[in-house]
Amino acid sequence: MGGLTIQYVLRRFGIFLMTIWLASTVIFVIPRLAPGDPIQAMVSRMTQSAGYVENSEKIVEGWKERFGLNDPLHVQYVRYIKNLASLDLGVSLAMFPTTVKEVVGRAMPWSIGLMSISLVLYFFIGNLFGALLAWKRTPSLAKIAISISMIFTSIPGILCAIILIYLFAFNLDWFPFTGSFERGMQPAFTWEFISSVIYYGILPALSVVLVTFGFWTIGMRGMMVTVEGEDYMIFGQAKGLKPFYLLYRYQVRNAILPQITALAFSIGSIVAGQILVEAAFAYRGMGGVIVAAIKDIDYTVIQGTSFILILITATSVLILDLIYPLIDPRITFQKN
Amino acid sequence: MSESSVQKTLQVRDLKVYYDTPTGDIKAVDGISFDVHKGECLGIVGESGCGKSTAAYGILRLVQHPGKVAGGTVEVDGSNVSNFSEEEFRKIRATKLALIPQGAMNSLNPTMSIGAQIRDLILTHSGSSARAQLKERIDGLLRKVGLPLRVATMFPHELSGGMKQRVCIAIGIALNPSLVIADESTSALDVVVQRIVAQTLKNVQREMGVSMIMIGHDMGLMAQMVDRIAVMYAGKMVEISPTREFFNNPRHPYSKVLIEAIPSLKERKPLKLVEGITHDPRNPPPGCIYQLRCPFAEDVCRSKPPVWQQLKKSHQVACHLIKDEDHVAA
Amino acid sequence: MLKRKSISNPWLNTPLICGVLVIGIILTGTLVGHLYWDTEMAATRSAPLNLPPYGFENMRKQEGVIEHPLGTTNSGRDMLSVMLVGTPATMSIGFIAAGIGMLVGIILGFSAGFYGGWWDDLVRLLADTTTTIPALAVLIVVQSLFRVEVNTMAALIALFYWPGPTRYIRAQVLTMRESGYVKMAKLSGAPERDIMFKEMLPNLIPYLAASFIGNTSGAILTAIGLEVLGLGPTRMPTLGVTIYFALEAAAILRDMWWWWGLPTLMLILIFMGLLMINVGLDEVSNPRLRKAS
Repeated sequence: MGGLTIQYVLRRFGIFLMTIWLASTVIFVIPRLAPGDPIQAMVSRMTQSAGYVENSEKIVEGWKERFGLNDPLHVQYVRYIKNLASLDLGVSLAMFPTTVKEVVGRAMPWSIGLMSISLVLYFFIGNLFGALLAWKRTPSLAKIAISISMIFTSIPGILCAIILIYLFAFNLDWFPFTGSFERGMQPAFTWEFISSVIYYGILPALSVVLVTFGFWTIGMRGMMVTVEGEDYMIFGQAKGLKPFYLLYRYQVRNAILPQITALAFSIGSIVAGQILVEAAFAYRGMGGVIVAAIKDIDYTVIQGTSFILILITATSVLILDLIYPLIDPRITFQKN
Repeated sequence: MSESSVQKTLQVRDLKVYYDTPTGDIKAVDGISFDVHKGECLGIVGESGCGKSTAAYGILRLVQHPGKVAGGTVEVDGSNVSNFSEEEFRKIRATKLALIPQGAMNSLNPTMSIGAQIRDLILTHSGSSARAQLKERIDGLLRKVGLPLRVATMFPHELSGGMKQRVCIAIGIALNPSLVIADESTSALDVVVQRIVAQTLKNVQREMGVSMIMIGHDMGLMAQMVDRIAVMYAGKMVEISPTREFFNNPRHPYSKVLIEAIPSLKERKPLKLVEGITHDPRNPPPGCIYQLRCPFAEDVCRSKPPVWQQLKKSHQVACHLIKDEDHVAA
Repeated sequence: MLKRKSISNPWLNTPLICGVLVIGIILTGTLVGHLYWDTEMAATRSAPLNLPPYGFENMRKQEGVIEHPLGTTNSGRDMLSVMLVGTPATMSIGFIAAGIGMLVGIILGFSAGFYGGWWDDLVRLLADTTTTIPALAVLIVVQSLFRVEVNTMAALIALFYWPGPTRYIRAQVLTMRESGYVKMAKLSGAPERDIMFKEMLPNLIPYLAASFIGNTSGAILTAIGLEVLGLGPTRMPTLGVTIYFALEAAAILRDMWWWWGLPTLMLILIFMGLLMINVGLDEVSNPRLRKAS
């Protein structure tokens, strides 16, 4: 089996850090490009909705001091990066004095849970369908059914969520509209709670899986067709290997490699898609947090969640990058 | 020696392999017949595009779309495998009928170690009962083709072309098949490695007494390796003869051209340019397949296809120009 | 005996034709609609509120009228007008973003492969990192502060779609440099840059087309994402923004299915059309896929 070289790990980690640094810098720079400043803008928005805010200038000055916004830009930047490194994301403007870290911390397990389960489901189902579409022994009926089901890929995740809510929650009343578990329940490791989580999680997970698996099906089918023409497939057949073994160990096993690379590339959009689905369901994950923060113009929370999302994405890519050489023996040696 | 007293490992009769194209069928192999006797090594030669590899793949049922076997029968060890089901044929693959492909190409699964690829072959056909002696068997095979034992844990991309070719040889002979078809085994290798691989192949064949078909276009190499030579041109067999007899006395005009083209260290020969196949493969000319390039073509060559004739010394040829006195009673 | 079979043009395959038809109908439909329908009614207070489409009843038992055949929203916008205005707006975001991204991608990819060296390393690093960053995360931050309009939004989205073409073009340039006929052409005195452009482009067209369509899809998706969260353009009722308004007004619970349903349907059609074009273009560039299944 191929292995990991120090070079490779360091390089991948370097890209990981670079990504996070670049994204954070962009998030830092952009608001500072705004005419005026965020605190002022926020306060003026508060003034607009509330009619009048007491001592608004004092509030603005006080917060500027507290957050060090009067310091020169490069000083602010260094402080900003230092804070991010220790995961100090500041304080929520709307839910003062709750820290952003707390808000995000509560939401993260839900997002990661939903993301992991959906990923396992759509990656497995998607690639399985793709392999079946390419295998000549699959019955035509199955092939037609799979092809039709790929229509879902055209639908954006949130729209699918909306449609599912309309159909199954509103019309048929089979599933709940919003939330992650039954209202009033306390999170605990009881079966009651867990089953409620599963029940509330079905529609959100379904939304994500339905719109995502088709992408993998198309890709896998293409790869299977490409691999089919390879010399080692012909030799495998010449060896008299059993058809199913040939399909699995020779064809699928080689076709899946680019799919895993594609997974690394698509994590960014997967995360984005999931956030929106969560928003539609007011799920307790990052999506729900972001929607609330946008409404409350809670700038620090928006910035903080954004950063965490980038962190999650970059970490997932890093993990995939590190796993890949373990399954494709050719990779490490390319470095030499 | 009469042919009927020696057991035939392979009997091919009128094999046809056609490629289906929008403008007509390309007749890559158009009705060839030949035998391979037990323990002998038959060489099939011809220029690129003559159909020799396609014929081999036709026999092995490995022809890829849009090609298809369009006719003919194949008998292995006396049984007609042409009407075997896919599963029945799968069982004789590698056990009776084995392929040694061009190893330097992509013939080995990149995600499996060499040992694993030999192992899955053995286990598929011998079942799990073979597990006990697997390591010994694999080591034995590697030794037989002259590879160091550590190759078993290596991956294809770590091996050189010559090593990969020898791995393919090892896999081909692993289950002691009745017939091995070696398809251009040395073509993609450099001269030095070519010699090593060719030698390995020859040794293995002689030691195991396995019947072999060697496909190639290097006449010089062929001469040293095979017992009989069969010449193909544009999908048809034109001459079959024991090696020495062939080089002493080539009968078909095309065979003579092929032999002429072999460079010699001893004498300076003018460079003879050999043209490629000049007719449209979808629409071969009526009569002899070689007529368009044959300097001796006569009217009969252009109208009637030549009959396969048995000559002395087990020499067979398909040509109108052969005089009657060389015939042997059929 | 020669068999006569039709030699099919790979560009004329089913998915491609269907996809082009769908998108074509949508575009011409909106164009024609602009000529015959008063699109000013897409503004608020142009029509009675909450009317269902013609032939249907809403929860209050009001009936739809022919003057507003697709119903109205809770702020008096005529749905047909909204659709006629919002559809091209949404699609233009997609095309502009994909177009800019592609252009940048081609320039960067070509120069990176051609000049190599530190520029190549830099471009590659930027491309790799940009791919990993989830566009939505950054765009949410930007939009919650700046509230840009349609064209600026397209440009911002384009920032995340250039790495794909860059990577591919760079790879093609690198391969082509080493290829035999480029070297031959160099020997005969043709400038290297010219050769690569003239030889490269014809082969790349199916890929570039597929990439463009794919990026359009992705860009529209990202835009929809922002809009549905409430971060869309404020002055243009794009399809996503319309859905946002509908959700904000609890349109699902009020059974105002036409308000969120029609834009949703249109979006699905757009995505399906784009997907089919993509699959069709895939078949053009990968001949093996043509006969399969």
